[in-house]
Amino acid sequence: MSRLARVAFGGAIHSAVPHARGLQLADGRVLAEDQVVWLPPFEVGTIIALGINYADHAKELAKELTIGAKDEPLAFLKAPNSLIGHRGFTRRPADASFMHYECELAVVIGRSAKSVNRADALAHVAGYSVANDYAVRDYLENWYRPNLRVKNRDGGTVLGPWLVDAAEVPDPHTLELRTLVNGKITQRGNTRDLINDVPALIEYLSSFMTLSPGDVILTGTPEGVAGVNVGDEVVTEIDGIGSLHSTIVGDDAFGR
Amino acid sequence: MHSTLRRGTVYGTLLNHADALAALGPAVHAPPYKAPPKAPVLYIKPRNTWAGEGDAIVVPAGESQLEIGATLGLVIGRTACRVREQEALSFVAGCVIVNDVSVPHASYYRPSLRFKARDGFCPIGPFVAFETLGSVDALQVQVEVDGVIVHRSSTAGLLRPAARLLCEVSEFMTLSPGDVLMLGVAAGAPLARAGQRVGILIDGLGRLGNTLVAEEVGA
Repeated sequence: MSRLARVAFGGAIHSAVPHARGLQLADGRVLAEDQVVWLPPFEVGTIIALGINYADHAKELAKELTIGAKDEPLAFLKAPNSLIGHRGFTRRPADASFMHYECELAVVIGRSAKSVNRADALAHVAGYSVANDYAVRDYLENWYRPNLRVKNRDGGTVLGPWLVDAAEVPDPHTLELRTLVNGKITQRGNTRDLINDVPALIEYLSSFMTLSPGDVILTGTPEGVAGVNVGDEVVTEIDGIGSLHSTIVGDDAFGR
Repeated sequence: MHSTLRRGTVYGTLLNHADALAALGPAVHAPPYKAPPKAPVLYIKPRNTWAGEGDAIVVPAGESQLEIGATLGLVIGRTACRVREQEALSFVAGCVIVNDVSVPHASYYRPSLRFKARDGFCPIGPFVAFETLGSVDALQVQVEVDGVIVHRSSTAGLLRPAARLLCEVSEFMTLSPGDVLMLGVAAGAPLARAGQRVGILIDGLGRLGNTLVAEEVGA
């Protein structure tokens, strides 16, 4: 395996690999990207997300930070209700004034990790994917930030398209990230600017919680978050990992 | 857990007891909070925290005591999205006793995962079908340490009773069969230290017992 997707097609869920004309199912069928429904590319366990893990984004948010920079990573948890695959639709509530994307490198755990040292951390990584960790800022409250109403909304965590084998990514800290809204670049960054890099995050988290295969760490977003509106086509991409598409829809699409 | 329900996500609810919010006093209006919570304050107890009856709870090195958070957990029986308060309880398959263990911490602004997400920090008791309870709105919750009752509360003291909580939570996140939603811990949750036995008793749900042990440093 070097890169794998999970897709729904013809009444079943399939494993798929990239193909010159789109993707190829394990049973041999070759399909265009828009012929299938893309699911999160692996069975997701615990979802751990990082806040303020790029130096430039920390500066961007400085106005609203009521605490100083801390040594301990700002980690929080999300649940599977929030997950949605490549080319999915995410609802923007009509009463929201500021909903924004967050392009993030997703690190997928492949081997159980408990009290793992930094030096051994990357051996516990199965692979990488792209995440778009949407937030609805209007609902931010100062209790258990970032509260689940901001960060754990149905369909608010886009993940995919591929799970890229760790062997294909010798150094996860040299990857260019960018977000495009309706084709225009609005966010740029590079994983070299992570405040807590991938081994540091695995060392920190595994010091108090056992990480299991399928657990995923969303490593945070660089500066350049911007608002999205109904109808926007949002692409979060990371060189060598994938290009993850998402469409913003309104309440009406959900009968609200 | 009910034999046909695989456990999904376990959600905790913070400050849902009127006395727990009142215990913060004027601090709720001061920084960093600046205002009392408007929406339900929720958090997640991930799968590494799940434990059962009799399992040891490890007191991490450097901590002398852990907070024993006694609460009832609603076990979702069918997909709950935007449920009305009047019908909310029909989405509940049953209930469990939950021991929502924490490393004591003073701030609810942006607590570290280290306080609530440690391995084994969420013992969960046996499943009891909702229809055998009838209502969960006035159940007595007791905590015992080494066989002595040290804390009493009631689910009658909730700011958002079970049906109201489910209604408000399912407005923005869908709950699935097997998900657990805790009603919340009352004010003054007791502390316990390594070597002590803790038990949580809830009317109609029985008892959930666990023992605290010290972390083996260097293990």
